[in-house]
Amino acid sequence: MIDDIRAARDAALALVEDADSLESVSALDTQLLGKKGQLAVLKTQLGSLATVDEKRAAGQAVNEAVQVVSTALEHRLVELREAAVSLRVQAERLDLTEYVGKPTRGHAHLVTQAWERLEDVFIGLGFQVAEGPEVETDWHNFEALNMGEGHPARGEFDTLFVDCAPAGGEPGRTVLRTHTSPVQIRTMLTQEPPIYIVAPGRVFRRDTPDATHMPVFHQIEGLVIDRDITMADLAGTIEAFTKAFFGAGFTSRLRPSYFPFTEPSAEFDIQRPDGSWLELGGCGMVHPNVLAAGGLDPEEWSGFAFGFGIDRMAVMRHQVADIRDMYVNDIRFIEQF
Amino acid sequence: MKILLSWLNEYGDFADPTDDAAVQRLADVMTGLGLEVGDIARVGATVDGVITARVERLVQHPDAAKVQRVYVDAGDGHERHVWCGAFNMAEGDIVPLATLGTSMPNGMTIERRGILGIDSEGMLCAPDELGLGSDHSGILILPEGTPLGVPYGEVLGVRADVLFDLDVTRNRPDCWGYVGIARDVAARLGVEFRPPSPVLLADGDQRSAPIELVDGDRCGRFTSIVLSGVHIAPGADWMQRRLAAAGMRPISNVVDVSNYVMLELNQPNHAYDLDTLGGGGFRVRVADEGEQMRTLDGETRTFTSSDLLICDAHDEPIGIGGVMGGLDTEITEATTTVVLEIAWFHYLSVLQTSARLGLRSEASARYERGCDPYIIETAQARFVELLRETCPNLVVHAGMVDARGPGLPSLERSTTVRISEVNRILGTRLVADDLPGLLDPIGFTVDGDGDTRRVAIPSWRPDSDVEIDVIEEVARHHGYANLGKTVPKSTVHGNLSVRQQRRRELRDLLLGLGISEAMPNPFLAPDTLSKAGIEGPTISITNPLVVEESVLRTSLRPGLLESIAYNESHRRPRVKLFEIGHVYPPGSGELPDEYEALCVVLAGADAPAAMAVWREISNSLGVGARIDQDRVPPGLHATRSATLQAGKNPTGAVGEVDPRVLSRFEVAERVAVLELNLDEVLGREPKPAAWKPVSRMPSSDLDLAFVMDDTVPAEKLDKAIRQGAGSLLVDLELFDVFRGSSLGDGRRSLAFRLRLQAADRNLTDSDIADVRRGAVAAAAKLGAELRG
Repeated sequence: MIDDIRAARDAALALVEDADSLESVSALDTQLLGKKGQLAVLKTQLGSLATVDEKRAAGQAVNEAVQVVSTALEHRLVELREAAVSLRVQAERLDLTEYVGKPTRGHAHLVTQAWERLEDVFIGLGFQVAEGPEVETDWHNFEALNMGEGHPARGEFDTLFVDCAPAGGEPGRTVLRTHTSPVQIRTMLTQEPPIYIVAPGRVFRRDTPDATHMPVFHQIEGLVIDRDITMADLAGTIEAFTKAFFGAGFTSRLRPSYFPFTEPSAEFDIQRPDGSWLELGGCGMVHPNVLAAGGLDPEEWSGFAFGFGIDRMAVMRHQVADIRDMYVNDIRFIEQF
Repeated sequence: MKILLSWLNEYGDFADPTDDAAVQRLADVMTGLGLEVGDIARVGATVDGVITARVERLVQHPDAAKVQRVYVDAGDGHERHVWCGAFNMAEGDIVPLATLGTSMPNGMTIERRGILGIDSEGMLCAPDELGLGSDHSGILILPEGTPLGVPYGEVLGVRADVLFDLDVTRNRPDCWGYVGIARDVAARLGVEFRPPSPVLLADGDQRSAPIELVDGDRCGRFTSIVLSGVHIAPGADWMQRRLAAAGMRPISNVVDVSNYVMLELNQPNHAYDLDTLGGGGFRVRVADEGEQMRTLDGETRTFTSSDLLICDAHDEPIGIGGVMGGLDTEITEATTTVVLEIAWFHYLSVLQTSARLGLRSEASARYERGCDPYIIETAQARFVELLRETCPNLVVHAGMVDARGPGLPSLERSTTVRISEVNRILGTRLVADDLPGLLDPIGFTVDGDGDTRRVAIPSWRPDSDVEIDVIEEVARHHGYANLGKTVPKSTVHGNLSVRQQRRRELRDLLLGLGISEAMPNPFLAPDTLSKAGIEGPTISITNPLVVEESVLRTSLRPGLLESIAYNESHRRPRVKLFEIGHVYPPGSGELPDEYEALCVVLAGADAPAAMAVWREISNSLGVGARIDQDRVPPGLHATRSATLQAGKNPTGAVGEVDPRVLSRFEVAERVAVLELNLDEVLGREPKPAAWKPVSRMPSSDLDLAFVMDDTVPAEKLDKAIRQGAGSLLVDLELFDVFRGSSLGDGRRSLAFRLRLQAADRNLTDSDIADVRRGAVAAAAKLGAELRG
């Protein structure tokens, strides 16, 4: 009996091994382990054995045989499934370098890219972002900034005037803002100190366009007004900005200059890691007359302001040789950045 | 402003021009004081190897007409032969000889070179070949008696020098003269400052040029002094060299001295010929409207009553106050008696006249920044001192006239300065006793003791007036670099406003939709808006650069259409562009009704593409608007466009550009367009969406197709179905639109899929039947029939 069981088991295992499809494994499962399978038949014959010991031994052998065949079937099933997936994977090869079409995302304007990078750095330094109108009153653009009627410095701005007129009044008092500094005044008049703002924006000058000038361009202005703000704070803020925006290897310096709306006034230069200097912008301590025009007591508050061009940051970063290229709106230019 | 170092060194020992390191240190100090050094040029260096030699013999060669043979003696007793292409020298003349091996400034090296088989042992030099100006008319002839065999530079007094190019800011008029720069630099370096301080002594009899000062507001001071015994001649050599180096052409002794005094002391001055000065005196008044005069440059100028004129005693104009003299009273060769006029004019008077006439001069550049009204005596004395060098018989007549007007600034100006304020502004820890050391050397004399001091403002600093002005001087002389670098102890946190964040979200969304950002010119040509079909009032620039850029845009659309046309013409159709920018329709007051707008243009796309962009924006930014196709925005396609209406205000436009507009802009493709007023869209922050539980119950879909007239918007049917279907409807989607003859003309079928689900139970057949009944009934009210 035991021999018959073993023979049946071995025969079954051989069949399992030869099975070459999921269907044949499934059929073998029924054939070998079903009620009509040889092991099942042998099981029904256990009763004909003579002794209890024989019965026990033979019963054990049958159960073991069923177990072994069943496991073999499962293994074979896994093997065949794996082979089938493997075949499919082999068959569905793709060439991933076969592109159709181009990347579709649009491109932000170079000035916007520089603008947002600058905003982000200043936000990191604790600044908020202020905005103002691009068409301004003479008062906001000049007078409140310590450039009264006839101030010689007005002549240096190459101002563009527009034909707006107040009700019943004469035109000539409205300008396209020549700098972002009017935002200083608007901020002081609407917001209580402490004030920590940057004001990026579009500005206008009556400049004939060339490779480095546009009549319409962009500046970013900074204004800090708080108690006990010093010129050392100005120098330190410029330094912090320099390192954050350009990199740790860059430093900055202030040197005396002149602007009507700040005193003391300074130019600030950036020193590159190779030691060369780059003139970046103007800055200074907010002039007491400007604080007063903004409705603040110069004895109580002090502050600093700084400003520089955004367009220049954009063209420098990408080595654009001619600033006018940024404003042609040629898609072949736009898509480069 | 060009500054010659050897000249500056007259007033202090600043730097040896041959010591490059010292020159650089000086440049750094000047830059550190706010006198930015832009360029450092080495000038006047001599050419090594060029020595003096005497022409011994001149010999013509029969076969060489253009050159001659010259035998020279360079003092060593050995006769040298050179070929020379110039014929201006005679035997006995002493000339510069470039010996063999000399490197010339033009890069050439002098070598033994032959013509017709005869060697040349060097080269005779013309002035330009030695870097002495541009004269190439002949060989430089040196003075008689010049020793032989010595470097030519020693003979000519030419020394290595440095020319600084300084950028002097508007607030430093004093630094338009050498003395002002020297004072500042000497103070910073702590070296002795040696300004010229001659004293005027009248040694002649009483002779005056009387002055009638009519407009004493614009002309605060006007002085005259008569000098006789003048002999017009070339100016002193050293002075000519300095003036030439400063870019000023030497003319004659009187003119050169006048210019020299101006450059040295920053005091313009004018010498008249007394014999041709009408009435022998002056009258200073404003011009009559339309009055005319010929200025030194030969132009006839017409004046207005805001121009200040210098007239002779007969009231004939002879100069424009502080700007330029007239042609008819110029010094001539025959002049023997001059009237030296030195005056002080108010900066605004000079600024206005010079700007109005477009006439700038060395004098006007100085007066319009502000001169020192109290340097006049020194300038007079200096003029006399320098002129005497070439006019030994000069007589200074007693009878100087000094007319003063109410416009003359006070000599005694001062302000108080609190050391606490100095430290509050600069962040320094100075004490009051530090102030004299920083300020006295630059003429801001500190007086008193205690923490508040009185500081005198020097007359050469018209820009300076109040405490903060003095604090700036303290900062400059303390050194900006010594202020330290700290950061404010801020309590403010940095962030973007809601509007700014939403603007970034919007831009990012558009970029994600494959649309790129453009920045067209906000200035338009006068007809551009009407070309775009956009009428209405506009604002114009009154002084535009060109008329094509003179109108402020009231819409972003024209600029983007031009960009599309540009790209189409460069074989780039189908561009997708947007702009976020300001537009400037006129307002009721001083300022326009300026607002921030968005315009999206999609070339080669039709209106649904623009609607898709709008739906993305609407969904992302949480803004809604009614699509009103009955109101066609100007310039857009009459049957494919709509006004976007939020509440009472139109918030934008969507659709396609009118084909007539496209052809005027020479755009060949269809252009889908979306415009939004961002003041409306970004200004309001929607409330955060409130959570709705997601049902775990099974859902069921119901498809319904309706046939409806084309003129009824699909959006209305969408709304009707939502209403009619009731609360079990969780999603509704239009998934098919069909037009066909079977439906009849002007009708289409709209197929919707309704997803139904209850929050807390399974749906029953009767639930679904109710929804169906409700939706169909609501649709029927719009005239939509359920399709069979």
